[in-house]
Amino acid sequence: MNWINAIIQGLLLGGLFALFACGLSMLFGVLGIINLAHGDLAVLGAYVAVALLPSVHTNALWALLFVPPMFAVFGYASQRTLLRRSMESGPLTTLLVTFGLSVVLENALLEGFSADSHSLSVGSLVTKAFRPNSSISISYLRLGILVVAVVVLALVQLFLARTGTGRQIRALADDSEAASIVGINTRHVAGIAAAVAFATVGIAGLADGMYAQFGPTSGGTLLLFGFEAVIIGGLGSLWGTLVGGCVLGLAQTIGAQIDPTIGVLCAHVVFLVVLAVKPNGLMPATVDA
Amino acid sequence: MSEPLLEAHDLVVRHGQLVALRDVSLQVHAGEVCAVVGANGAGKSTLLRTLAGLHPTSGRIVFAGEDITRESAHARVRRGIVMVPEGRRLFRSLTVEENILIGEVSGRSGRWDLDAVFGLFGWMRDRRHERVSHLSGGEQQQVAICRALIANPRLLLLDEISLGLAPVIVQQIYQVLPELLGEDIAVLLVEQDVAQALRVANRFQCLLEGRTTLEGSPADFSAHDVEAAYFGFAAEEPAP
Repeated sequence: MNWINAIIQGLLLGGLFALFACGLSMLFGVLGIINLAHGDLAVLGAYVAVALLPSVHTNALWALLFVPPMFAVFGYASQRTLLRRSMESGPLTTLLVTFGLSVVLENALLEGFSADSHSLSVGSLVTKAFRPNSSISISYLRLGILVVAVVVLALVQLFLARTGTGRQIRALADDSEAASIVGINTRHVAGIAAAVAFATVGIAGLADGMYAQFGPTSGGTLLLFGFEAVIIGGLGSLWGTLVGGCVLGLAQTIGAQIDPTIGVLCAHVVFLVVLAVKPNGLMPATVDA
Repeated sequence: MSEPLLEAHDLVVRHGQLVALRDVSLQVHAGEVCAVVGANGAGKSTLLRTLAGLHPTSGRIVFAGEDITRESAHARVRRGIVMVPEGRRLFRSLTVEENILIGEVSGRSGRWDLDAVFGLFGWMRDRRHERVSHLSGGEQQQVAICRALIANPRLLLLDEISLGLAPVIVQQIYQVLPELLGEDIAVLLVEQDVAQALRVANRFQCLLEGRTTLEGSPADFSAHDVEAAYFGFAAEEPAP
């Protein structure tokens, strides 16, 4: 029965990983940006909630009302200024710029909030769980995060597939010069793509802050798991990131079931195995040649 | 004659150290087909891409009386300058219909809508939900033309639309050209197939190594004159 619980916990953890990976996948898939500041941006989202919620006891779910829109604006502005300029100089410059942003964010958070750990309060939700029997426990918070991940991925997918702006974003991802030839304002559309990606990072940061403790230097680990989920799932594939997140989560909890000290190691090993066997990921974006 | 729809004056375009266009000037009037011919590397596609807003240039580009030299590509589409690029450049992850609809983004309202462009090529309506990567080269070219038409262009820039296509497909595509010209659409056509281009053009301009070597009405020049301008050898003096 413990194994079934490990699988359930793995799938729930996968929701959090998928949420991290969503923005990363979108920025890479549409704009070709490998955002090394992704993890630090998520941490920043949690700190914005810490700073703006009236007290540490206020339910952090309220932060879902203001953090994603703030991050969307931040994403749009970043794309129109910092990221666009770096993209014009080549992919290496973009990599260095996002690395620089990561360092700046981490140090600014250390300066502003000290190195102390924080967490976001969700009241009694943090301890509530559905227990069908003595060995299986499904935390409502973790289940909620998985549901949010699925809803966010579905909404982003719907936005890309069904709206005119989504169509323009996909066209931009395919061929940016051709997009400008057909009349797409590529800078504006790239800004919208970045806004969506950053908004999802903000949500992921809040979810992580509710799930676990975080500090100014937590971003590196979050980035690592986000990357691994994107690569396992398949670059540029949104539903792939959910699969990638779940595979990572399962590897971690099943590994921990075997030996509590090797859970994280198992997740990294599975990532390496998938990379070696299916370098394009389990569900690569399918665009026929 | 009426005011030209498009005037380009002394365009100079550089690709790094290479000068791709040297003081090229051009006029296109509403309703006419102007062909730009020349060998590989003559600067034909660069000229079209410059007019579409993809290359910065010194010189001046005036469209419908307004200076558009510094305008972005998407702003030029709003004015009615629309390009069918070399190699079609369709969006591979989009369906046939999505590829065409994307042309409406900055397009103008007018005669061409989805129904009208579907009417041009019989197969298209039934296969509107297919990915364009499943289409043949000729079908893809037809989608590219429809994507441009739905923007209701005033000036259509056609870059090597026959490249890599079977002659019968090229024939089909050129058959729809007169239909396009039923309205006041001007066409600036770059074509390697000189005979085909001169057959449909009212005026032409021959480029060689980025310079204009011959221009005028196809009827005013012999095949030999065009050949001489195309390859860069001096035309023989007519016998006394």
